[in-house]
Amino acid sequence: MLSYVLRRTLLMIPTLLLLSVLTFVVIDLPPGDYLTSYITTLEAQGVRVTEERVAALRHRYALDKPLYQRYANWLWRIVRYGDFGQSWKWEKPVKDLLLERLPFTMVISISTLIMTYLLAIPIGIYSAVNQYSWGDYVFTTIGFLGLAVPSFLLALVLMFVFFKYFGLSIGGLFSPQFRDAPWDIARFKDLLSHLWTPIIVVGMGGTAKLIRVMRSTMLDELSKDYVQTARSKGLAEFFVITKHAARVAINPIISVVGWTLPAIVSGEAIVAIVLNLPTTGPLLLDSLLAQDMYLSGSFLFTLSALTIIGTLLSDLLLAWIDPRIRYDASE
Amino acid sequence: METTKQTTELTHLDMGTEPYEELETESLSQWELMWRQFRRHRLAMAGSVVLILFYLVALSAGFVATQDPVQRNAKYAYTPPQLPKFIDAEGKFHMRPFVYGLTQETDPDTWEKVYVVDHTVQHPLKLFVRGTPYKWFGLFQSNVHLFGVEGNAPFFLLGTDALGRDMFSRIIHGAQISLSIGLIGVFISLILGLAIGGLSGLLGGTVDIVIQRLIEFLISIPHIPFWMALSAALPASWSAIKTYFAITVLLSLLSWTEVARVVRGKFLSLRETDFVAASISMGGSNWWVIFKHLIPNFLSYVLVTVSLTIPGMILGETSLSFLGIGLRPPAISWGVLLQQAQNMRTVALRPWLLLPGLFVVIAVLAFNFVGDGLRDAADPYAD
Repeated sequence: MLSYVLRRTLLMIPTLLLLSVLTFVVIDLPPGDYLTSYITTLEAQGVRVTEERVAALRHRYALDKPLYQRYANWLWRIVRYGDFGQSWKWEKPVKDLLLERLPFTMVISISTLIMTYLLAIPIGIYSAVNQYSWGDYVFTTIGFLGLAVPSFLLALVLMFVFFKYFGLSIGGLFSPQFRDAPWDIARFKDLLSHLWTPIIVVGMGGTAKLIRVMRSTMLDELSKDYVQTARSKGLAEFFVITKHAARVAINPIISVVGWTLPAIVSGEAIVAIVLNLPTTGPLLLDSLLAQDMYLSGSFLFTLSALTIIGTLLSDLLLAWIDPRIRYDASE
Repeated sequence: METTKQTTELTHLDMGTEPYEELETESLSQWELMWRQFRRHRLAMAGSVVLILFYLVALSAGFVATQDPVQRNAKYAYTPPQLPKFIDAEGKFHMRPFVYGLTQETDPDTWEKVYVVDHTVQHPLKLFVRGTPYKWFGLFQSNVHLFGVEGNAPFFLLGTDALGRDMFSRIIHGAQISLSIGLIGVFISLILGLAIGGLSGLLGGTVDIVIQRLIEFLISIPHIPFWMALSAALPASWSAIKTYFAITVLLSLLSWTEVARVVRGKFLSLRETDFVAASISMGGSNWWVIFKHLIPNFLSYVLVTVSLTIPGMILGETSLSFLGIGLRPPAISWGVLLQQAQNMRTVALRPWLLLPGLFVVIAVLAFNFVGDGLRDAADPYAD
């Protein structure tokens, strides 16, 4: 187990390095840069921008240096000082913006992940045990819809329904009076009352997929001999299912955390834009459009890095639960 | 078990032209067996019908659409959908469906323009009516439409947008981009996946390890933020066609991994089979083995993967265009049409602006059903 943990953790270093290169290159792709639009704005305001001024600005933002130097500098400052650079548009350290936005993204993503599993496992078991029953059909239909409805559309429809029929606005994470208030019990309660919308919207697709996986593996297990044996020795049906079949059927759906988590983070980014949540998504889009490269690069990098680390953690958890995995991997 | 079956299958294929047959009783080809299996999956059949219909409509968009999709009718901005009726206001039944005329009035309180259904005017719906001219495949000029009302009477089946453009016609034309982007994108992913997965499975060793790590890496990063970044990098000055292809390419950049995994897995397992060993020992070259034995054997699995990749791409394009960083107006796609549904105040009063979303959902659902059916049919020898 220890060697498995070590190997997987060491593999993170090249992975994260590759990720940092990829994000930096992607962020640098657009023609022109923040300065181009900045200068255009200045000129539109009637400020005359001289050649020297442009050069000075380029130097200040290190835009006169080649790509690899800027990359090396950026990475070094993150590793050495935890400094993610400066947001040009917000004129703030990127780190501050990250600390402001990232926790909400993480709260939503992690709660969505937990809810996805808490819902998918029992529903999957129910659907398999009561195959072709009324409830099974209902869940299968919901499952297929969950796969086909893009999360942003679901967010729009929910907003529409609540706005039109209940006169409620369900966007945001806080009511207006709590938006800038300091943390206290009331604000926390307010957050909880807003949190369920993004969790349902983001979690819908993943839950639908997991229900289908859980249902099909459970069906496979239920037809196996050991289940018959358990029944024939007089074990109550409830324990046959929970202690025998479900125990085995649960492994495949835990092992797909690897693609559930990235999908949730992806979905969160776009749902946050629609629902106007104070998370990373809207700011990422904004910074991409403004070519605020250190901001967008750092957001993209930390979002992906956290997803990769989350996947690693769940893999380790799985290896701890199911020894077969770590033996397979060490072969 | 599987090996022996595949061997018989292959000898059957190879000796198809020989005068003798091994089995007299049943000599259905692999594809015929698959078709048989596929037909049993009712949802998949329904999905196929829907998809064929959608693509036919997309191909003949000008013919099916009742109006010119870019024609602005300032007089009829935000007209609600006019659903065809069979029974009129007096309860009389009409064999031919009709729509009522519209008159515009100003609300005395709010000064907003409202549309009042004019019960005195009936416009019957007819098939093959003459209307706005369009070009079929950019070649044949025509002005015959599948259905519509005669003359210049307003007929907006699914309502109009802020500029009075007909939503129905726009959705039909949007299908062209939204439905084709998945096909072209999946084609690029397929080529990438076949090449990279094949290389990985064939060469093995370090190349295999590196490619596998790369695939794991690409799967573990969240796709939409990266698509957003790549898509935002596309210059706004690009023409619609250029942006369209750029979006397709960047959607496929992260979507080839599944195909590559399937191809590699099948390469590895088929390499060990007797019939491949036999072919090699009889002097079959690498290319012979690949094209004659390997590819026909895993093509069905690749097809399944591909059919399940398309909906993801459709959703990707829709999401990006919805955010305003994918395709931009005047290009028409379902995502572009959904952009105007971003403002809740607008949508609350004009819910028909959400309708393009319904078409996205139907298309994605149909692809999922077909993919499901294909998965069941991919291995017709199972059971």
